[in-house]
Amino acid sequence: MEPLLEVDDLTVRFRTDAGWMTAVDRVSLAVRPGEALGIVGESGSGKSVTALSILRLHAAPTTRMPTGRIMYGGRDMLTLPAREMRAIRGGEIAMIFQDPMSSLNPVLTIADQIGESLRLHQGLDHAAARQRAIDLLDLVRIPDAARRVDEYPHRLSGGMRQRVMIAIAIACRPKLLIADEPTTALDVTIQAQILDLLRDLQMELGMSVILITHDMGVIAEFARRVMVMYAGRVVETAPVGELFRRPVHPYTDGLLSAIPKLDVDVRRLPAIPGSIPDPTAVILGCRYSPRCPMVQAACRTEVPELVSAGPEREARCPPRVAMLGAVS
Amino acid sequence: MYRTILMRLSQAVPVLLIFSVMVFMLMHLLPGDPAVAIAGPEAPPEAVEKIREQLGLNRPLIVQLLEWFAHLAVGNFGESLTLKQSVISAVLERLPVTMSLSLISLLVTLPVGIGLGVVAAYWRNSWIDAAVMITALLGVSLGWFPPSGYVPIDEGGLWGWFAALIQPAVVLALFQIGFLARITRSAMLDVLDQDFIRTARAKGVDEWTTVAKHAFRNTLIPVVTVLGITLSLLIGGSVVIEQVFALPGIGRLIVQGILNRDYPLVQGTMLLFGFAFVVINILVDIIYTFVDPRVRYG
Amino acid sequence: MAEATATILASGEAIAARRRFRVLRKLLHHRSFMVGFIIILLMVTAALCAPLTGVDPNRMAIRFRFRPPQENWWFGTDQFGRDLFTRTLYGAQLSLWIGLSVAVLTGVLGAAIGVLSAQFRRLDSLLMRIMDALMAAPAILLAIGLGAALGPQTHSVIIALVVAYIPRTARIVRASALVTRELEFIEAARVAGASSLRIMFKHLLPNASGPLLVQSTFVFAYAILAEAALSFLGIGPPPPAPSWGNIIAEGRQFAVQSWWIMLFPGFAISLAALGMNLLGDGLRDVLDPRLKVEG
Repeated sequence: MEPLLEVDDLTVRFRTDAGWMTAVDRVSLAVRPGEALGIVGESGSGKSVTALSILRLHAAPTTRMPTGRIMYGGRDMLTLPAREMRAIRGGEIAMIFQDPMSSLNPVLTIADQIGESLRLHQGLDHAAARQRAIDLLDLVRIPDAARRVDEYPHRLSGGMRQRVMIAIAIACRPKLLIADEPTTALDVTIQAQILDLLRDLQMELGMSVILITHDMGVIAEFARRVMVMYAGRVVETAPVGELFRRPVHPYTDGLLSAIPKLDVDVRRLPAIPGSIPDPTAVILGCRYSPRCPMVQAACRTEVPELVSAGPEREARCPPRVAMLGAVS
Repeated sequence: MYRTILMRLSQAVPVLLIFSVMVFMLMHLLPGDPAVAIAGPEAPPEAVEKIREQLGLNRPLIVQLLEWFAHLAVGNFGESLTLKQSVISAVLERLPVTMSLSLISLLVTLPVGIGLGVVAAYWRNSWIDAAVMITALLGVSLGWFPPSGYVPIDEGGLWGWFAALIQPAVVLALFQIGFLARITRSAMLDVLDQDFIRTARAKGVDEWTTVAKHAFRNTLIPVVTVLGITLSLLIGGSVVIEQVFALPGIGRLIVQGILNRDYPLVQGTMLLFGFAFVVINILVDIIYTFVDPRVRYG
Repeated sequence: MAEATATILASGEAIAARRRFRVLRKLLHHRSFMVGFIIILLMVTAALCAPLTGVDPNRMAIRFRFRPPQENWWFGTDQFGRDLFTRTLYGAQLSLWIGLSVAVLTGVLGAAIGVLSAQFRRLDSLLMRIMDALMAAPAILLAIGLGAALGPQTHSVIIALVVAYIPRTARIVRASALVTRELEFIEAARVAGASSLRIMFKHLLPNASGPLLVQSTFVFAYAILAEAALSFLGIGPPPPAPSWGNIIAEGRQFAVQSWWIMLFPGFAISLAALGMNLLGDGLRDVLDPRLKVEG
């Protein structure tokens, strides 16, 4: 099937006090219609920047224009005129963010904030937009929607606000929803509810979803295909079951063994030694090499390429791929 | 709403009490003897003593203070020593000048100051930002202009009144504009960094609406908070500006009072200033509830 | 996560040292801070170099009165034939001295009042009511009243301005200290038996130092402007002391025919205020704890 969105060699650089840093380094990905793609990585891995770049929402003053291509509907989003870009934002591609407490405008009513996209993209008038907003609040399972719709965000809990954010995002029935850590700021019980809601909506509306998270548990529950990012680079892509069963890249391995398991009694969770590298530091070769338990001499000098590691699988660790290939 | 106003008024009572005691003490610490000032430097000591007795200046301070309070309680702000009229009538006579000056100045300050601040924040770090901020900062420094006088509305008409005051009003506004533009700028910068601005953009809202609708209303919250300070600076500035432009307003009245040791005049006028500020701050609080729904509904 | 562990493992002192270094580096790269810093540095240098002109700022020479700027008198002369270049340089000494004293005294006293009222709830309402009372009149009016009460002296200008500016500084420090007080590490320190004094000096004060420093630069700028206003009203440093405000006040009568008398000190005041404001803006940008790095 033709991909809905295709990102090709995306590179994003930021200016910092210490000079230029590469936040996203030649990232490529594809999302098929109706597919749930998970992007996982630690903070600073470039996953959020990748997501923001798709809608060109990255902080403008400190960012150099991303290079590469982001193809959607036969057009390159990176060179799209601002007016056409705005028609896509909130219309065909919508986004929800990490912190529901700060993502809603405190001085505007819920009706206004949901209705705004409807008025913009579907030309509804105020009354019709408000009515649709009530329907949408019902859809995201907010009780007493007709009353809630005229309230201001500060009257709602974090979970409720994230539901409102979701209502805003799905208002115009987007083809693609980008969810940037949608559950990170929420309580565990609320997290599960929001994930359920997102999955149900995805089925109902038949939209594609890119879900960004640092939580392997969320990935396991939600995504069909997973992309693992480390220090601005894609290190592994795989169908979700495959990834959990048989991680190829040593970093993925490390991430997975850091998940607590219910059936195994351990005193101390294994953690990956060291920390994510300073993004401005120059690391020759594989960026994971300073922390990698199976590092080899070549890893420190040459940037490894993404290599195929089976059907629909790629990993940026040729030695490991070769080794596993020999075993299987 | 009414409860808030009542609460604020009751909080203001101790503040005004402390303030009036401070003003009283201040005036009685002033070097120089008002009796001498009234009688003239050549007057014989007996004449001075007589005036002192007439004015009750020879009694203990505490008695004078309590007497002053007793008069205040019935709305009597005292008699000026030098102007041969009551403090209230002296103030009322000059009130239109200061009010006119402040009003015109405020009408210049608000749109220009807030507008410059928004512009500077939106194009942050560009040359526009630098130009606006330097203009605003230079506005903080004084300009010295020739006196212009005051033309009442019923004599010169709206235009005559306005034309006479526009120059001092603009100079006065320059202080405020700098301050207001800086506050607005930093508030706007804060707001533009907020997540909900990104949400608006993600909805496909255009830049103009993002700034005018989503950012601006939030920017007004801190700006309204400093409105009280702006008005305070405005009235403080009018004291100096009236002096510079020789405008017969309250500021001039109070400075003359201080220099002439006319302590009932200064005490009374200062206290009226204090009242005015309490009222202004309550008004600001009321405006605040209109701007921020979180305060309105608590 | 690993980063958090590393942070905890690193010693607190190393972090503090690194943060200080980072602040310094950011300041050096901050354009408006550096411009302000250089302006102020030049003015201080000029003030210190005043004696090098070899001219007495108060020496009158009636023969040479009202000379426009020219070779021997770079800034011209005033109605008494005094050299305005020399007077403006000495004026820098006086005005900067007033600005500095007011900023430092306001900072110290304001910080003390702010921290005390944040730490001791009983003192709070009394101190804050007094601050409110001081703020009930415009600062400049308060300064005029106090200045008149204390007599036209340099030190009475300083005292008047300090009293007038303390309330706002105290409120800023108090607000910051109140926030800090609620943080967990203060709670921990209190549980560990730290005295009030220790909490105030070790925790509340250092955490308020950013806003305090920024506010002090603005007080410095205000003080220079207010000195001019007070001198203008005849409540400044006594003439013939060459403060910028005095030179302007004396030159006002001759503003039309001898514009240069007011021009140079007026320009100096603007420049000093501009410099301090730029400096303060830069400090605020760098010390603002809300600065966040996205990634």
